Order: sequence, then structure tokens, then C-alpha cells
Amino acid sequence: MNEDMDIKDKAAWDAADRVADYEHGWSSDIETDFAPKGLTEDTVRFISAKKNEPEWMLEWRLKAFASWKTMTPPDWAKLNVQPIDYQDAYYYAEPKAKPKLGSLDEVDPEILRIYEKLGIPIAEQEVLAGVEGARRVAVDAVFDSVSVATTFRAELERAGVIFRSISEAIKEYPELVKKWLGKIVPMHDNYFATLNCAVFSDGTFVYIPEGVRCPMELSTYFRINAENTGQFERTLIIADKDSYVSYLEGCTAPMRDENQLHAAVVELVALDDAEIKYSTVQNWYPGDAEGKGGIYNFVTKRALCQGKNSKVSWTQVETGSAVTWKYPSCVLNGENSVGEFYSVAVTNNYQQADTGTKMIHNGKGSRSTIVSKGISAGHSNNTYRGLVRVAPNAEGVRNFTQCDSLLLGSLSGAHTVPYIEVRNPSAQIEHEATTSKISDDQMFYAMARGLNAEEAVTLIVNGFAKEVLQQLPMEFAVEAQKLLGISLEGSVG
Amino acid sequence: MLQITNLHANVGDKPILKGLTLSLNAGEIHAIMGPNGAGKSTLGYVLSGRPGYEVTEGEITFNGQDLLGLEPHERAAAGLFLGFQYPVEIPGVSNVQFLREALNAQRKNRGEAPLSGAEFLKVAREQAGALGMDMDMLKRPVNVGFSGGEKKRNEMVQMGIINPAIAILDETDSGLDIDALRIVGDGINRIMRKPDKAVLLITHYQRLLDYVKPDFVHVLDGGRITRSGGPELALELERDGYKELAA
Repeated sequence: MNEDMDIKDKAAWDAADRVADYEHGWSSDIETDFAPKGLTEDTVRFISAKKNEPEWMLEWRLKAFASWKTMTPPDWAKLNVQPIDYQDAYYYAEPKAKPKLGSLDEVDPEILRIYEKLGIPIAEQEVLAGVEGARRVAVDAVFDSVSVATTFRAELERAGVIFRSISEAIKEYPELVKKWLGKIVPMHDNYFATLNCAVFSDGTFVYIPEGVRCPMELSTYFRINAENTGQFERTLIIADKDSYVSYLEGCTAPMRDENQLHAAVVELVALDDAEIKYSTVQNWYPGDAEGKGGIYNFVTKRALCQGKNSKVSWTQVETGSAVTWKYPSCVLNGENSVGEFYSVAVTNNYQQADTGTKMIHNGKGSRSTIVSKGISAGHSNNTYRGLVRVAPNAEGVRNFTQCDSLLLGSLSGAHTVPYIEVRNPSAQIEHEATTSKISDDQMFYAMARGLNAEEAVTLIVNGFAKEVLQQLPMEFAVEAQKLLGISLEGSVG
Repeated sequence: MLQITNLHANVGDKPILKGLTLSLNAGEIHAIMGPNGAGKSTLGYVLSGRPGYEVTEGEITFNGQDLLGLEPHERAAAGLFLGFQYPVEIPGVSNVQFLREALNAQRKNRGEAPLSGAEFLKVAREQAGALGMDMDMLKRPVNVGFSGGEKKRNEMVQMGIINPAIAILDETDSGLDIDALRIVGDGINRIMRKPDKAVLLITHYQRLLDYVKPDFVHVLDGGRITRSGGPELALELERDGYKELAA
């Protein structure tokens, strides 16, 4: 099978050379151990055994798997998705030269090279050797189904911050994991979340203790490398009272002709006066210009603002994936808690995105802000779907929603589907929405000043998305701006 | 420097320019005047390569180079600047960002090294100051919320920063009060009145020409140059109107 893999990888490399549209479209010759193809109870047991998980975790997974078999995929999104053959995929792929976590010296050098190629600062000494005053970022690198390294562990531990792969956390901090796993996104929340409960392979666990401001940005970079493999990661971040953390998430995958499934679950908890800032730059392979291949991105992300004055801010830049189905949400239980959602979603060619948020106001005086910027080009469809709900007892709730769509060309679609459910008369809810096109006047003005067509589009689109991009940490903002330009290549004639 | 020969151009299916010939040498300022619908703005757009303005006959060379073979951004890099009659708003993009990216795109096109942020800001500050615009305005999104006069002044700031070889200024004087007109006029002289540069002023009125003395004045009517002369021609037009002239 490895020889076969090599041939296919070679083909992928060649394809990547031919089509430079997707910068991270190369794949790598990493020897990989797979779980047997298909999805049965044995697959779930295999994954759990691979991870040396405790019995309670296996039982939890099996329970989820039994439920999942009785469920059906959601069909309410404005997405046209071919039925997924869940038996025709691998649910676990692990690089063969298994690295020992925590020591970069023992990570397969080929994997390190991959992260280097992706521009991810995984080696601590390199980061440390950087410019004085430059911000340091601790990284959890997840390669296919396995976390291959987490960096800056010792320094974080001195601050009391736990930054681990979720597999390790299950073994090392079972009480913390048990307390919150599946409590924010319940096991039976939805089809993809339930599937994730059964087969999740790795992901990140973060605990910030009371009163601690995390001394650096934390981040996870996800890379799907192996073919025919789904990635099901699971992230759990707990911000204890009066703590703060900023977390970044980035993802890429090689170009493959078939669709690959990515079904992640992210759970965040913020206790009294705690704040979590969660930023995503999603750049999974979007498929080619004809709509062939690409990642199916079905992701459930939810934050529980449990404590008073707690705050969670989601910022996402979604440029990749053939299909995106994703609604990072906030359940605002705490009094005066705050939820924010800043989103830029770009679709080009035949990409489809149905994305937005839910702000569930249960706490008195809770507030939320939603700023969504959708950009559609080519034959793509881009939908904002958002729910603002105010519970009967939640006095003095405020929400502001702004939802702007920008169309490029005449074949793309932009859709806005807001749901507003208010059960308390004191609530103040505002919703603004606009749809516009890049005008010929704007294009010509920029070109007459010296920008070529693609530079002009990039500039105008970045201006359109500015409110969201400026929410990103500096390092990510620069990357995101470039990414918007790259994603829209070929969209202007 | 700029040689326009027997230029015919359509907008859609409609012929607008019908055999226009005009020659500008370095160091010269030319004014083009003419009635509404004569093709003045079309000339500006054709020179800068706006899509939808189709040249059906004739040629344009700029320093010996075939201008019609170049894309708009390549014409900008070659040293051609169009001052817009209606400057366009670009929300979310600051003037500083816009101009720095535009200028560096031009420099890249010419094989020059990009200006650093500090170098660019120095130039931008000088040019804005000379036109009585403060830096706060340069940091605001391009033309968003600017008054008509501010937009025109901003065009001149852009011209100063880009420092082109030739400027085509399309009704830069319209919408300006007397004070602004003087500031803009001074700006044109300061930036463009040089032995190696040329200007094509497109205007309806004599009043800008009080501040920017043209070397030549041309009347554009019915898609071609019907009369050329010195600065006195503008005064004659102001007095007698285009009708009288055509008669």
C-alpha cells in the first residue's frame, strides 16, 4: 500500500505544480499507519486503543457511535452536498515514525519540514531567536489524526497554563476533561458532532487557571496529509475565573481529487470575568476551478459564557473548503456576559459556504455583536445564517448584527438568513444588512493608479473586510489579507 | 511626448471620438475645452485605458511606446496619471494604504525597489501639507465622506505622491470654490510645470487657466479638434461661447 501511496502522492505533487492556485496543495511522503478503512464499532475501539484511552472514554465514544447510526445529516443549510460514503474513508491516520510528544528533536524531520513549508514556527529556538519584542506563539501541530508536537510547554506550565493534545489531557487531567467534554456541545447535538464524539482522534486542550493571563498566544495548526482520510479533531478550552487567553487556529490540506471530510468540535468555557479570544484562518483545500475535490468542512464550535462578565470573541476568516457548514456560537448564561462573532467568508469557483453564528442570551444584561462579511465570486454560493435568541428572564439584552455581502461577477450568490427570537421586551436588537458589487468605477480607479486587476480586487476586498481583519492578531491579519487575494485569483476577467 | 493620431473611439456602439489628432511635448501644458458631449472625458478614459472605451482607428504613442497595447496599470507605471472628474470612494481602504500600494505596484512594474513605510510617509506628508490637507485625512478611507472639493484636492495629493510624467486632469476645477481653485492650481504648477513633464487640462471654464497658464488651447467639438491656439483662445471662448466659434 505504501508504494501505491507514493505513486498517488507523486501525482498529487505534480498536480500541485500544475495548479499553483492553492498554495498549500502539496502533499508529503510520510509513512502513515491507518485504521482499517470504514466505520464500525471496531474502528471506534481501534482509535481508543491507539490512544491508550481509559475505559470511560471508550464507553463515551461507543455511546456516541450507537446514536450516530440512528441519526441523519442536517439538510436545512443552503448547501448542495453529494452523499458521503462513510465506509469509504479512513478514520485514523498516524505518521509512522511516531514522535514523542514534547520533544521536537524526536519529531520526524519530514513533518518538521512540512510545518516549516507552511510557515508555522514550530521550533521554539527559532521563535526565540526572532526579533526582540516579537510575540511568541506556542503551537500544537496536529498532523492527520495525531498531535505531533506542542511547544513552549515548560514556560506555559510555570504560568499554570495547561496546553496539551486532547489525547494527553484525557489521561493526565481526566477530571477536568470529564467535567466539560460534551457539556458545551452535547454528544447528540448534531450529526457531525456526534460522529466526532465517536471517532475524534486528536486536538487541543487548554486550561487557564484562575487569575492568569496566558503569557503568549496559543495556536493549533491542522494539516490533513493522508489520502481518503477524515480529520476529526476536538478542542476544549477552559478559562477559569478572571483569566485570559488568545487562541489561533490554522488549517491546510493537500489537493486531492476526492472530497475529504473534516468534522471538528470546539468547546470553550469562560467562567466569571474570563475572556477567550478565538481566531481561525481556515484554508482547507477548496477544490479545483471546476469544483472537483476539496474539503467538506462540517464543524461545530460553541462557547459557554458561563460566568458573570465573561467574554468570548470568535473571529474567523474562511477561505478554503469545498463546503463549509459552521456556526461558532455563544451561549451567554452569565450576567453581563459578552459574545462576539467577526467573520469573513470568501467563496470562489464552486465553493459553498453556509456559515454564521448563534447568540443565545440567557443572562441578564448580556450583549452580543455580530459582524459578517461574505464575499462570493465565480459560481459560488455564500450564505450567512444567524440566530439571536433572548430568553424570557434575560433583562436588558443587547445585540447588534451587521451583515454585508460583496458579489464579484454575475454568477455567484449571496444569501442572508437571520433568525431573531426575542422573549423579553427589554431587549434591543439591531440588524443591518447590505449587498453590493465591486463597481467598475472602483476597479478602474485603482487600476489607473497602478494596481493590476487582481491587486485592485484584493485591495477593495480587504477594505470591505477590514472591520473583521482588524480583530485578528497581527501575525494572522497579514496572512489573512494575502489569503483573501489568493482565494479570489481568477475571479476577475 | 504624447502623440495622438487620427484617434477614433466608441463607447459601446456609439462613436465619440472621430479623428482626433494632438501632440504634447515635454514642458507643455495644453488645455482642452469644448461643449458638453464633445468627447472630453472620453479622451481622458481612452488615454488611460478604461475598459468599455474601444479604439477603432488611429494610434497613441507615449515616449515612442504604443500606449494602446498597455493595460491601465501599465500606463500608470509608464508615467501617465488621470485626475478623475468624479473621484471614487473605496470604503475600508485608507488613502495611505491605497497610495502606497499603488505607488509600489508602479515601482515594481518599472523594476524599482518598493518604498518603505517611512519613506512613503515622508513623501505623503510633504505632498498633503503642500495642498493644505492634514495627515488625518490621508488616514481616512479613500474619498469616503470627502466633500467635492476635498476629493479634487485629494486627487492632486495623489498626483504629487505619484509624480507622473504626464497628467490628464479631467475637470479638476469643477466643484471648487475660489480658494480651493487657487490651491489646486498652485498644486498643478508646482508638481507638473517642469521641463520633463506635460499636462492635458480638460475643462469647461477659463477660470482654472487664470491659475495654470496653458501653452496651448484646443477646442474639442464633435469628436475632433476643431481649433487650436494660444491662451487667448480660451478668453475668446469665454467671451463668445462655442456656438459663436462654430459659426
